[in-house]
Amino acid sequence: MPSLGSIRRSFAPWNDAAAKPYIAFENVTKKFGDFTAVDKLSLAIYEREFFALLGASGCGKSTLLRMLAGFEEPSAGRILLDGQDLAGIPPYRRPVNMMFQSYALFPHMTVEQNIAFGLKQDRMPKAEIAERVASMLKLVRLGEFARRKPHQLSGGQRQRVALARSLAKRPKVLLLDEPLGALDKKLREETQFELMDLQHELGLTFIVVTHDQEEAMTMADRIAIMDKGEVMQVATPADIYEAPATRFVADFVGTVNLFEGKVADMSGDAGRILGADGFGLRVDNLAGAKNGARAWFAVRPEKIAISAVKPADEGLNAIEGEVWDIAYLGDMTIYHVRLEDGRIVRTSSVNSRRASDEQLTWHDRAWISFRPDAGIVLTR
Amino acid sequence: MNGRKWSRFNIVSVTLGFAFLYLPIVLLVIYSFNASRLVTVWAGFSTKWYVALLTDTAMQNAAWVTLRVALISASVATVLGTMAAIALVRYTRFRGRLLFSAMIYAPLVMPDVIIGLSLLLLFVAVGLDRGFFTIVLAHITFSMCFVAVVVQSRLLTFDRSLEEAAMDLGAPPVKTFFLITLPIIMPAVVSGWMLAFTLSLDDLVVASFASGPGATTLPMKIYSQVRLGVTPEINAVCTILIAIVTTGVVIASIVNKRREVRRLRDEQAARRG
Repeated sequence: MPSLGSIRRSFAPWNDAAAKPYIAFENVTKKFGDFTAVDKLSLAIYEREFFALLGASGCGKSTLLRMLAGFEEPSAGRILLDGQDLAGIPPYRRPVNMMFQSYALFPHMTVEQNIAFGLKQDRMPKAEIAERVASMLKLVRLGEFARRKPHQLSGGQRQRVALARSLAKRPKVLLLDEPLGALDKKLREETQFELMDLQHELGLTFIVVTHDQEEAMTMADRIAIMDKGEVMQVATPADIYEAPATRFVADFVGTVNLFEGKVADMSGDAGRILGADGFGLRVDNLAGAKNGARAWFAVRPEKIAISAVKPADEGLNAIEGEVWDIAYLGDMTIYHVRLEDGRIVRTSSVNSRRASDEQLTWHDRAWISFRPDAGIVLTR
Repeated sequence: MNGRKWSRFNIVSVTLGFAFLYLPIVLLVIYSFNASRLVTVWAGFSTKWYVALLTDTAMQNAAWVTLRVALISASVATVLGTMAAIALVRYTRFRGRLLFSAMIYAPLVMPDVIIGLSLLLLFVAVGLDRGFFTIVLAHITFSMCFVAVVVQSRLLTFDRSLEEAAMDLGAPPVKTFFLITLPIIMPAVVSGWMLAFTLSLDDLVVASFASGPGATTLPMKIYSQVRLGVTPEINAVCTILIAIVTTGVVIASIVNKRREVRRLRDEQAARRG
């Protein structure tokens, strides 16, 4: 779908100063006894956005979702939906619907009855309910299963019933709590794309909570990385990966090599990061750093080349080491190279040819090299 | 079942076990068809004691009282016990919860004599006339704890997100309880009711304390008659009781078994695709 791509690219309300956030968390804190689950958190989410909250378990992402759904009240701060303060509004009067991690399908009701449940609460006329249920069943391709009970369905089918039920009331915002967590890998990948298409088709705002970074990267317009009740960074998947704000984010999303040192020889944005061993990395994106300050140069494995001989280009950063581990994954190979000081550097190279004549093997001497702009300088 | 041969030890222990359990009952049933007035002397088959029962209005009244007491007390105890179970499972942070939950178990282990006596003292103290009503009250008091325990164990494994999902879809809390929670925990509530019903049916001790003139339950009636000597008529009453209880138990287990089999089959079908 080429049109989808172009629409996606131009969709960036968060860069538009005039755009109003659809959902706003303002200094929201949530405490459970002594434990602070969410700590003075502020976040803006825009209409029609596919927003992901990504973090390890216990980071507060589910609490955030549950506060939006109304199952928990913030201890401090406020949550606005389309300009309206949600404080004191019970879950059954909020224009948001949630898809639960366990799906929470009503076991004593058929698929049809499950989907119709929310509509009945709204006292929608019977004919309209039937029509809506039929269209939801068609949307998730479960027409023939309408009369079945949840325990007569497979995991993937249950997931689709849960989705249909949460979408049936046409909520302004759909909250998804680990929506694909219970599915196997193949089904999960398929469903990711289905969810994206569905969100785009219906023009809804989706907020998904997940601990699976691949899932967040695939589906979301923007990702908020959370840790210990705080948002570490909110950015598009590409920015999160290529321009992480902190070491935590860099390390949390994907794999990263961190070279620690002190900033030196600054001229303009270029300069060096001097390691403890005296080795100076040439870097050319030092903007914002100060001479003598502690900094980390973060380089992704795929941006590091590995070769048996030292590369001829003097402009590259090249370090010698020993091949310590090799993982052949088919489409690519991951090398762990051990440097003189014992540090392990991870590199990955795409196997674009079927058999390379230059084969590195365990305990070979090898050179790793990367350009001065291959990574990003982090000061936190 | 097949394959492994029954060892002599197994055969003996099974025979002994069942004999121990059922020999008295079998004897009772057989002697209810005894033609002789003497309980221990067999004088041929007869159903005359069953016929005699039809005209024994005192016995019939007692049976009727017992049935009404059991129906009313089981139903009220089920409502109260379910409410107590919900409070105990859901509101985990109120003061004195531990004390309250321990107190719910107390009547389960308390001797009936003590329950009966303490209730009698209470009824006398508040000046309540003893009779049908006080027996119902007494039965509610102790059977409610059994209901609470049964329902509580079901609620502990209840997935709260089902209720949250219902509320999320627009159902207020009370509606959520009646549309989602209650239907799902219904099997436990029904077993609680059945437990309360049978407890009330066969209670003698508490009823003796709580009853007054004019209200005699069947166990009380049987006990008082037996003190004057066991008549085959009593055997006949007991046989009828046994028949009713057995029928109930057999039906309940068949229904359960069927449901289980159907569920397993459905789940297997779902896994296949």
